[in-house]
Amino acid sequence: MLRIPCPWCGERDEVEFRYQGDAGRTRPAAGAAAGQVEDYLYLRDNPRGWHLEWWLHTAGCRQLLKVLRHTVTHEIAAVGGPADSLSPPEPRLEPRPVPEPEPRPLPAPGPG
Amino acid sequence: MSGPRRIAGGLVIDRTRPVSFQFDGQVLGGFSGDTLASALLANGRRVVARSFKYHRPRGVVAAGPEEPNALVELEGPQGREPNVLATTLPLYEGLTAAGQNAWPSVSVDVGAVNDAISRLLPAGFYYKSFMFPARAWERLYEPLIRRAAGLGRLEARVDAAPPAAQTVHVHADVLVVGAGTAGLCAALACAAAGREVLLLEQDLIAGAGALLDDRWTGWCERALAVLGKMPGVRLLTRTTLLAAYGQGVFTALQTLPGAPTRGDPRERLHVIRARSVVLATGALERLIAFPGNDVPGVMLAGGAGQYLRRYGVAVGERPLWFLNNDEAYEAVFAHHAAGLGSAGIVDVRESGLAMRRAREFGIPVLANARIVAVAGRQAVRGATVETDAGRRHVEADALLMSGGHSPSLALATQLGLGSRWQEEIAAFVPDEPGAGADARSDAGAAAGAAGASADTAVVKLAGAVRGTTGLAAAARDGLAAAASLLGDGVPVGGGNAELRDLFASLPSDLPHTPLRAIWEVHGRGKSFVDLQQDVTTEDVRLAAREGYGHPEHLKRYTTLGMGTEQGRIGALVGLAVLAQARGLPPAQLALTRPRPFAQPVPFAALAGAEARQHFKPRRRLPLHDWHESAGARFVNIGLWLRPLVYSREPGWAPVLAEARAVRERVGLTDVSTLGKIDVQGADAGRFLDFVYANRFSTLPVGRARYGIMLREDGLMFDDGTVARLGAGHFVLTTTTANAAAVLDHLDFQRQAHAAQLGVVLTDVGDAWAQFALAGPRSRAVAARVIDGLDLSNAAFPFMAAAQATIAGIAGRVFRISFSGECAYEIAVPAHHARPVWQALMQEGESEGIAAYGLDALNTLRIEKGHVTGAELTGNASADDLGFAGLPKGDGDFVGRDAARRGALNAAERLQLVALRPVERGLRLRNGAQLVTRSRPRDSLGYITSATPSVVIEGWVGLAMLAGGRRRIGEQLIAASPVHDEHVEVEVISPHWLDAENARVKG
Repeated sequence: MLRIPCPWCGERDEVEFRYQGDAGRTRPAAGAAAGQVEDYLYLRDNPRGWHLEWWLHTAGCRQLLKVLRHTVTHEIAAVGGPADSLSPPEPRLEPRPVPEPEPRPLPAPGPG
Repeated sequence: MSGPRRIAGGLVIDRTRPVSFQFDGQVLGGFSGDTLASALLANGRRVVARSFKYHRPRGVVAAGPEEPNALVELEGPQGREPNVLATTLPLYEGLTAAGQNAWPSVSVDVGAVNDAISRLLPAGFYYKSFMFPARAWERLYEPLIRRAAGLGRLEARVDAAPPAAQTVHVHADVLVVGAGTAGLCAALACAAAGREVLLLEQDLIAGAGALLDDRWTGWCERALAVLGKMPGVRLLTRTTLLAAYGQGVFTALQTLPGAPTRGDPRERLHVIRARSVVLATGALERLIAFPGNDVPGVMLAGGAGQYLRRYGVAVGERPLWFLNNDEAYEAVFAHHAAGLGSAGIVDVRESGLAMRRAREFGIPVLANARIVAVAGRQAVRGATVETDAGRRHVEADALLMSGGHSPSLALATQLGLGSRWQEEIAAFVPDEPGAGADARSDAGAAAGAAGASADTAVVKLAGAVRGTTGLAAAARDGLAAAASLLGDGVPVGGGNAELRDLFASLPSDLPHTPLRAIWEVHGRGKSFVDLQQDVTTEDVRLAAREGYGHPEHLKRYTTLGMGTEQGRIGALVGLAVLAQARGLPPAQLALTRPRPFAQPVPFAALAGAEARQHFKPRRRLPLHDWHESAGARFVNIGLWLRPLVYSREPGWAPVLAEARAVRERVGLTDVSTLGKIDVQGADAGRFLDFVYANRFSTLPVGRARYGIMLREDGLMFDDGTVARLGAGHFVLTTTTANAAAVLDHLDFQRQAHAAQLGVVLTDVGDAWAQFALAGPRSRAVAARVIDGLDLSNAAFPFMAAAQATIAGIAGRVFRISFSGECAYEIAVPAHHARPVWQALMQEGESEGIAAYGLDALNTLRIEKGHVTGAELTGNASADDLGFAGLPKGDGDFVGRDAARRGALNAAERLQLVALRPVERGLRLRNGAQLVTRSRPRDSLGYITSATPSVVIEGWVGLAMLAGGRRRIGEQLIAASPVHDEHVEVEVISPHWLDAENARVKG
C-alpha cells in the first residue's frame, strides 16, 4: 500500500485517494488534430521508473495531487499541486534495475 | 492426565492447570500452555495425519508454523474448520479435533492404496492422465480427484455468529520482526534511544534460539525484564508478520489464547505502519531427503529440542540423530541434560567440535555416516546407518534430523531484496539492504536526505536471517542494525546502565565446525522434499527430465512448496536436488519468489469487524422511518436503501396503482439519493459549460436545464439537471449511481483543467432531502404547501427554479419532471424532511395523493422514454440516446472532440428505442436479445428496461437497437433463451408518450 504525503493533510494511506491517471499528458485544446486527441485519450507510456500521476485526495482535502512514483519500488519522490512541475531525484538514487523477468509460469495445476 | 511422554520441565506449560481435549474421539489430557501438537506428542500419539497424495501415515515434524504434516480438523462453535495447524493451536479445555484426509481414520486409511500404486502416480499425473475429452474434466475427473486428494473439509454452521474478529492499527518508529537475541537487542537499543518500537514474535514467548540453550536462559530473562520496564517498546507474542507491503505498511496476525468454545475471538489482525523495520526472522531447520524420512517419529532435531524445553515432552526414549551441523547438537545436549538416552548420532561430517563434546557426554557418534533406510511404517522402529565400514541397523523410537538452517527470507523478498547463496550455511540469504541499492531500503532514506519526500521504510537485517551463526553474533547483529538505524553519535544502550551491562554480558558463542551440506541420501523407497505435498526427490528429477527444470516450473509441475507451509523445511532441499539433476551448483538457481501472505490467514481475520451487516455501510434516507411505517418494501441501490413499493403484496398490482396515481392524480416520491453539488463563483457558468456538453452560462437565474455530461472519450457519463439560483450560484443533480463519481470527475476537471476559473464545488448531496411531487393535480397540492411563490404556469413554467418556503421551511422548488407529468421537485434541508413530506401528503389527501416507490418511478420513466443507469452504460454516445442536439457547437468542453468522431455518431450504432409486444398480453424481459426472424442468431440489440404500462395496453420497454431510429415501425423478435421466450415486438419511438410535452408543460 502506498503512503502518499499529501501537502495539505500529511502522509496518508493510499485508500484515502483515488488514482486519476497519468499526469504527464497535456489535454489538447478544442479542435486539436485527431492524432493529438487519440494520443491524449488512448496512448500511455508504461515506464519502468518514475511516473507522474494524478491522485485525488477523495477522503481528505479533495485536492488533486501530482505524485512522482517509481513503478518498480513504489517510492514517491515528490508530491505537488497541479501547477507544480516535479522532477525525478538525482540519477544516483535511481534504484537498481530488477533482474530479467522469470520465465512465465505454467497455469496453476490441479491437486497432485 | 499429562501423557506418558511428559517428563520434567517445560518452560511454557502450567502443570497446575490440566486441560482435557479430544482427538479422533479419544479423550486425552494436556496442560495449559500446550499446543495441540505438544499434547498429542506427550500422549505418545505418533500418527496425526495422512499425506495428501499417497495417504501415508504422518506425524508431527516441527514445533512451529513450518510444520507440514500436523494439519487437523477443528470442531468449533462455527462448525468444522479444516487445515488447522496443531503445532500453533493453543490447547484449550474441550478442544475437539480430528485427523483429516483419511477414511475411516488416520490410523487405518483405505486411501493408502495410492502408496502401493505410487509408480502409476508420477508428478504431473493429473496433467498427463485427465486430458481427454476436455468436457469430462468438469463433470468427472475434477470431482473424483477432489474427493481423493485435497486436505480437510470445511463445514461451517452459517447460523452461528462467529465472534467478531479484530483489526487494530499500530504505528511505530521501528518494527522489529522476531524476538530472538538479534531482535531483542535491536528493539532494546532502539527503545533506549527514545524510538517507539514494536517487537513481534510468532512464538508464544520471546527468546527463539536462546530458549534452547541453558547458557542463555539467564540473559534472556534479564533482557525481557528490562524490556518490560522500558517505555516505548511493545512486545507482541503469538504474532506473525504476514506481509510487507512496502512504504512501511505491514500486516501481522496475532493468535489469541482464548477458547472459541467460549466465543472468544481467535485472532487479531494488526495493520502496522513503521518508518523502519529490522528483520530478525531467523532461520528454519531443514530436512534431509532420505528414504523413509516421512515415517511418524522422524522429526526435525530442533523441533524435538523445543518440545523438550518448552513443553517437557520427550518425543522418544531412544532417539537416533541424523545431523550435519553443530547448532543441531544443542537439542542433543538438551536431551542429554534432561537425562534422556540416545541411540546415537549419525553425522555426515568427518569430525567436529560438537561431535567431540557429544562423545565426552558418552553419546555414541557415527562420523561420516548417513541414514539409508527407516524401519517402521506407523512409527519409527529403527534405521539403517551406512558408514565406510558398511551398513548396520540401529534400534530407535525416534529419528531426529537436521540438514542445516535456511534463513526465513520471505519478508525480505517481499520488501524487494534479492537473495544470494551463502556457502557457509549452504542456503540463500537476502541481499544486504543498500549494498545492492535495491528497492525500498536505503535509497528511500537517501532520497529523504536529499530533500525529496521519500517515505519508503528503511530495512535492516539482523541475525540468522542474514546467515549469522551463533546467538551472541546474532545479538551483536541486532545492536549493529539498531546503531545504523539510529545513526552516528547515538550510543547503543543510551544512558541505561542496566542495558549497557546486558549488552556487555552476552554469553560467548562456542567455536563451531561448519556444516557439510547434505541434501539427499539415495536408497530404496521414497525420499520426501515436501511432506505436505508428497513430493519426492524422484518427482524433482522427473520434472527436470521433462523440461520443468526452472524452479518456478518445478514448483508448479510437482507442487513442491505449494502447501500451506510453503515448503519452509524442504523447498531448498528440492531445489538442491534439482540443481544436482541439472548438473549445476544450487547457487545458480533461485528460490521461488514468496509473496504475501507468509502463512495461511483465515478470511475472517482479514475481514475483521467488516462482516455481515458491517461489510459495507448502509445508507438510509432522511425519511427512512416514514417509508418503513408506510409499509415500504426496500431495495438496495448501491449503498442506499430505497423504498421500492409501499406494499407487501407481491406482483405488479401495487406498483401500477402507484404509477396510475401519478398519471391520473398526484404522487410523491423520495429522490433524496440524487447526487447534489453546489457550484458557486464568478466563473461557475463557464465551469459548467466546460464539464457539460450543453451550455449553462446563458441559463437565466430562476431556470433549470437538463444536462448531459460526457467523458473525455466522448461517451455519455451522466445526466441530470442544473438550476441557476443566482448569478454565481448553480446547483446540479447527478444520477444516484454516479453521485460520487461525478463529484470526483468535477473535482479533477476543476483542478486539472480549469484551475484559472473562480469556482467552488461543494457536495451537498446529504444536506438536502428532495421529493418529486408529480401528476396533473400536483400544482394544486404544491400551492397549498409552498409560500411566497406564484405557481401559475405563466409565473412558474416548466424548468423554472426558485427558492421558496415549503411548509414553513426554507427550501427550493424546481419545475422538472422525470415522470412525464407536471411535477415539482422540492428540496429542503435533510433534517426538515419529515414535516415537509408529511405536509405534502396531508395536503394532497383530498387530491388522492399516493407515495410512490422506485418501481413506479421506473414504470413512469420507461413510458416517458427517459434514460437511467440501464441505458447510461458507459458504452452509449449522446447521439445513441437521442441527444445529438444537446452538445454546443462552440467552446471547449470535456469530450467535445472525441464525441464528434464519426464512429460515435454512426447510424448503425445501438440507439435508444421503445418496444411493445405485438401480442399485447406477452411480457418483455430485461436483457432479451433483439433478432430478426430470418437471422435469429444475430443480435441487433437488447432490452434495457421493461414494465407493464399504465397508459397503453400491455408491456412497454426501452432497448438499445442497432440502427434503432431507422427501424422504428419494424417488427423484431425479443429472444430470452433463459426464459425460453420469443416475443414478437414492434419498434416504436421512445417518445411515444406525450411527445409534445403537453402534460409536463401544462
